[in-house]
Amino acid sequence: MESLSNRRKVVSNKKMSFVESLYLPAVVSGMWITFKHIFKKRTTIKYPEEQRPFAPVYRGMHVLKRDEQGRENCTACGLCAVACPAEAITMVAAEREVGQENLYREEKYAETYEINMLRCIFCGLCEEACPKEAIFLTDRIVPTNFDRDDFVYGKDRLVETLDHRIDVTNRQHTGKRGTK
Amino acid sequence: MVKVTIDGIDVEVEAGTTVLNAARKIGGDVVPPAMCYYSKLEGSGGKCRTCLVEVAAGSANDPRPMPKLVASCSTPVQDGMVIKNKTSEKVHVNRGAVTEFLLINHPLDCPICDQAGECHLQDLGYEHGASGTRYEEERRRFDPIDIGNKIKLHMNRCILCYRCVMVANQLTDKRVHGVLGRGDHAEISTYIHNAIENDFSGNMIDVCPVGALTDKTFRFKSRVWFLKPMEATCECTKCSGKAVVWMFGDEIYRVTARKDKYGEVEDNDGKPAWICNDCRFEKKDPAKWNILGPRKINRHSVISANHYELADPNNNSKKVK
Repeated sequence: MESLSNRRKVVSNKKMSFVESLYLPAVVSGMWITFKHIFKKRTTIKYPEEQRPFAPVYRGMHVLKRDEQGRENCTACGLCAVACPAEAITMVAAEREVGQENLYREEKYAETYEINMLRCIFCGLCEEACPKEAIFLTDRIVPTNFDRDDFVYGKDRLVETLDHRIDVTNRQHTGKRGTK
Repeated sequence: MVKVTIDGIDVEVEAGTTVLNAARKIGGDVVPPAMCYYSKLEGSGGKCRTCLVEVAAGSANDPRPMPKLVASCSTPVQDGMVIKNKTSEKVHVNRGAVTEFLLINHPLDCPICDQAGECHLQDLGYEHGASGTRYEEERRRFDPIDIGNKIKLHMNRCILCYRCVMVANQLTDKRVHGVLGRGDHAEISTYIHNAIENDFSGNMIDVCPVGALTDKTFRFKSRVWFLKPMEATCECTKCSGKAVVWMFGDEIYRVTARKDKYGEVEDNDGKPAWICNDCRFEKKDPAKWNILGPRKINRHSVISANHYELADPNNNSKKVK
């Protein structure tokens, strides 16, 4: 039958000539290509000393944002967890008590919030699903570790601290807040 | 029997049937949404105006169209009536306006609200709502209050459909809550936060189309789309004992009545299967329930998101993790 894609190749069993069966010309021409690359501009960098700039929407380690007054944005609505294709996110909600208004923005908050970084595929769907602009992916890389348990990130490592805010202004804002 | 045409589909219903119930007899897309009408509650309907339809021909004898849109939940059909719901541009524009009105004072706190995922106002807003609000004034605010120790009332979310008032009037022997105030000040309340102590008061939660009345035993426990609704029965002397238990793993998080596709309590032997407060609030132990199997959920519903098990007709379902 005629090939529809026109990319079909016929397998040939051509016998090699004597010179070809020595392989020497092929080896030499290969080595010549290698030698030429010594004088070309390098495409690799020495990683820990040199670092490439990240794309503004690089999807690395998550952060749970606080608002301008330092209150946690996350209200444990569960939309990130239901959007997560890897089922990496779990949470337990709790009700805000009287007197905690400076800690949590809404009357419900996430008592525990865990992301399993080994399950996470860094697709960014949680960021897209979030109605409260609470979770963002950042340009930080999840550090390596020896224990599997240490890859389950709780609120202690996800929520940004007050004196060390994570800048996410270059990232997409899906909700109304902060845009326009 | 009278013959009516709804969106070009003929249906024969008994005289005296409302337009809404005639449309429900056809089913599918032609059914207007209803926020306040509840077929199991006498006298409900006519308040929310979401079910307005256009009457293109009043009857066979007088085929003039009705000048204004009519509320389908309280308009009886007449022979030869021609009704337009989905096919009418006027109805579509009007429903968007009604949705905007219902949402004027709504706090839009769906990420917090326990009703999210099974809320009729959410469905309505999804279909007919505008993406922005034109309302610039401050929304009215009430503090959430406890009605008894099992029911939480968020007046901010209420759309004043009066369904819960009718439940108290028609299901229980004593009503201690009602609508106080008028106009913008109208609110569901009890006198001096009077606890509603009655075996069937919990059904107010089931009839509430929005998240105004929610189950305090389930408050902020989980989200409905993480739970598995299972059909279950139990031995109960007060009610039929037929309910839906919402499970997470082997735990029962909450119990509700069985609701049909219109969000109304299903019939059991011709009577609505209301459940009593014991079944709803106290029986959270799976050993007390005879669990029959997963409940059929529309696969487009968020409740069936991330659930991979199939409904098993033989009731020998195994949990798929």
